[in-house]
Amino acid sequence: MTMLEDRSTTNAKLNSKVPAGALADKWDTFKANAKLVNPNNKRKFKVIVVGTGLAGASAAATLAELGYQVDAFTFHDSARRAHSIAAQGGINAAKNYQGDGDSVSRLFTDTIKGGDFRSREGNVYRLAQVSVNIIDQMVAQGVPFAREYGGLLDNRSFGGAQVSRTFYARGQTGQQLLLGAYQQLSRQIGLGGVRLFNRCELVDVVVIDGRAAGIVTRDLLTGQVTSHAAHAVVLATGGYGNVYFLSTNAMNCNVTAAWRAHRRGAYFANPCFTQIHPTCIPQADETQSKLTLMSESLRNDGRVWVPKNADETRPAHQIPEEDRDYYLERLYPSYGNLAPRDISSRAAKRLVDRGQGVGPLKNGVYLDFSAAINRLGRNVVEERYGNLFEMYERIAGENPYQVPMRIYPATHYTMGGLWVDYELQTTIPGLYAAGEANFSDHGANRLGASALMQGLADGYFVLPYTISNGLAPLLNKSVPGTDHPEFKRVEAEARDRYQAYINVKGTRSPDYFHRELGKIIWDYCGMERDRNGLEKAISEIPALYDEFKKDLRVTGTGEGVNQTLEKAGRVDDFFQLGMLMCKDALTREESAGGHFRVEYQTAEGEAQRDDENYCHVAAWEWTGDANNATRHEEQLSFETLQLATRSYK
Amino acid sequence: MSHVLKNLTVKVWRQDGPTAKGNFETHVIDSITDEASFLEMLDVLNERLIADGKEAVVFDHDCREGICGTCSLMINGQAHGPQRATTTCQLHMRSFKSNDTIVIEPWRAGAFPIVKDLMVDRSAFDRIVESGGYITSPTGGAPDANLIPVPKPVADASMDSAACIGCGACVAACPNGAANLFVGAKIAHLNLLPQGQAERFKRAEAMVDTMDEHFGSCTNHGECSAACPKEISLDVIALMNKDYRSAKFKNRKELSRN
Repeated sequence: MTMLEDRSTTNAKLNSKVPAGALADKWDTFKANAKLVNPNNKRKFKVIVVGTGLAGASAAATLAELGYQVDAFTFHDSARRAHSIAAQGGINAAKNYQGDGDSVSRLFTDTIKGGDFRSREGNVYRLAQVSVNIIDQMVAQGVPFAREYGGLLDNRSFGGAQVSRTFYARGQTGQQLLLGAYQQLSRQIGLGGVRLFNRCELVDVVVIDGRAAGIVTRDLLTGQVTSHAAHAVVLATGGYGNVYFLSTNAMNCNVTAAWRAHRRGAYFANPCFTQIHPTCIPQADETQSKLTLMSESLRNDGRVWVPKNADETRPAHQIPEEDRDYYLERLYPSYGNLAPRDISSRAAKRLVDRGQGVGPLKNGVYLDFSAAINRLGRNVVEERYGNLFEMYERIAGENPYQVPMRIYPATHYTMGGLWVDYELQTTIPGLYAAGEANFSDHGANRLGASALMQGLADGYFVLPYTISNGLAPLLNKSVPGTDHPEFKRVEAEARDRYQAYINVKGTRSPDYFHRELGKIIWDYCGMERDRNGLEKAISEIPALYDEFKKDLRVTGTGEGVNQTLEKAGRVDDFFQLGMLMCKDALTREESAGGHFRVEYQTAEGEAQRDDENYCHVAAWEWTGDANNATRHEEQLSFETLQLATRSYK
Repeated sequence: MSHVLKNLTVKVWRQDGPTAKGNFETHVIDSITDEASFLEMLDVLNERLIADGKEAVVFDHDCREGICGTCSLMINGQAHGPQRATTTCQLHMRSFKSNDTIVIEPWRAGAFPIVKDLMVDRSAFDRIVESGGYITSPTGGAPDANLIPVPKPVADASMDSAACIGCGACVAACPNGAANLFVGAKIAHLNLLPQGQAERFKRAEAMVDTMDEHFGSCTNHGECSAACPKEISLDVIALMNKDYRSAKFKNRKELSRN
């Protein structure tokens, strides 16, 4: 506990505002007591929604349906392109359509347990409650979920659960859900309820008298920097997995919106809680720009194995059963190949580190479908995973119907994010964070098929209630407009920042620095962390960051499209976030979920939590220096569930 | 397994802005592994341009998994390049060989003005969806998801159409710059489902009319479907036309009587 000096006691800003009462009644209690805005008054309020993924599009559409004026922002050319679209496997909901013992409380329990007891009970219970409404909503909107022959909805099972509660649309569930939300948003755009600003990036958040007053954006087509004022601002801008450079995130995913909010006073919670997804295609060469995930749903029917012998040279099909190690089935018999993501990922890493990896670079493990093809027939396997198999073949150049897939863990999702209370409000009043951009529901590890659920829960069923509650007291009160000097000041700062990147005129591109930063973070703050490595990272990152400031080269100008300049701004923010991540990982002296500290493990090599000292959320306050943030704590209490060691054996 | 390609000549379209005059710029890639994706080859080119103090080639891209529909390149005259059912981002250099010349252009269509270099403006697609490409179902009022069974073949056919990623390859491949495959896919996705019936004809009419404001006319070449990375069938165009025609004489007060 040597880092105690920068741990302060619970901070007054960190009031979770979870309603009192029994867990199952909290959300109803909140809704019953929330302040409302009369339908005729709603049009007097303007809400800014940044990001048009599942959380952003669903929030913008719903708020506009209610009658608020909504301005929505996306840096994509179209709202439909947000990275929610790439989610493959499915969306969880406690419908219990299969009659296999599911319920709201079981989904709640699985999520808390999966998150290794580092999430907030009240938020998670609400998530499980509204999960059932999401499916109803999306079906009504025309999402073509998979069906049984009788016409009813089909389900599959997913890692970390013993019931089948995952709804899916082939391997394109994220795409279909996003199209549903995008269509609903498009309807509002057509009706004039939402104004959409596309190819427009948030570059700062404006706070006046302690309250979010609006945002400053940069038009990616013209370079123009503009202010936008509103009564409330929602950031639904996704996660920060691209800090690793190589991740399964889309190329343009970035932390800028959340980070700029952090710098204006929003606390950043648990940045070290990042998720490594066990089933990605291993890196093939040095030009690699991103990693591709193969849906975790593949683990329903695929068997994971490596050769028992590190010197194995035979192709997979020639290796007899007795020379194969189906290590997940061996180590975790009750969950087998469906063991949670963090557990499966570390198991793969250990074997690859031991030299038992497969493929030309020995950097993967096999995911083998031959047993499933024998049992179910090729047609059934094709029906379930056809498009995933095709995608694999396109990338890896091998046919998975004939040879086992090769997979390896990669950064996929970030559980950490902006600290929010029960109302999804950050520590800046009037500023909300939804979806992956906030920290609230997944604790130290997210279960498969729960990201889509959380994005839509926040946007459809939580924010519309909590934002009304926040706006009602502002009725007929004037709020600052974009002519306020603070907007002008922040605008000028943003212009200067982007001009400064151009003015460095050094020798290295933003991508060069991003790649180098990513290597440090992956090596020292990736799948496994330890004190030495983290301290090393904390000293190496500022040195590289200094070099970035002195030797960056951005060609072209600040007017018109300049993707190199966009990238420079995003890499700048990744540097600052990277320092905070490592510091957070260093000060959390326990292992929990995706945060695995080598020093804190059981004799069997499993994560060892320290509930006495770390059963809390670490929420970081910006102090003006990225390497010197202040750590605050929100204590977590578990009233319903008993703190227990996760066991998937 | 991996193999190195040598001496690739890349002719890439450069254009400063929507009204500027464009031209091809020629670069030679000395060597690149065939494990690299096509866009990674462009990344390598851009790194070199920046190192030489020149502006990087602008191109749209994001997920690099073939699902977001952002990437949009005409490669040797083919939308998304030579590999069937594959987006530009999923195309790998193993589809090419040493000493090849590769010509890279933006989508070329009247409704997709060039923004810069290889980036085009596809927002006409969004205008079509905004005009009717949705089921009106405000948040909160939905009945239980299993209340209306959807026969599996219906759900599957709807899903086949819904697989469209909105990339615009169909328009780029069409000699008329028509968007019928895109709009047909959008209409078929919703018009096949029981949930989409209430607005079926209104939707077809509104979307087709908006399409006609922006895009050329279909003359049944079929290039669109051949270029489609998601292999959307021409059948969706027939379905769209059928519903559009019906929309013109259907008495909507009798919709519930079939």
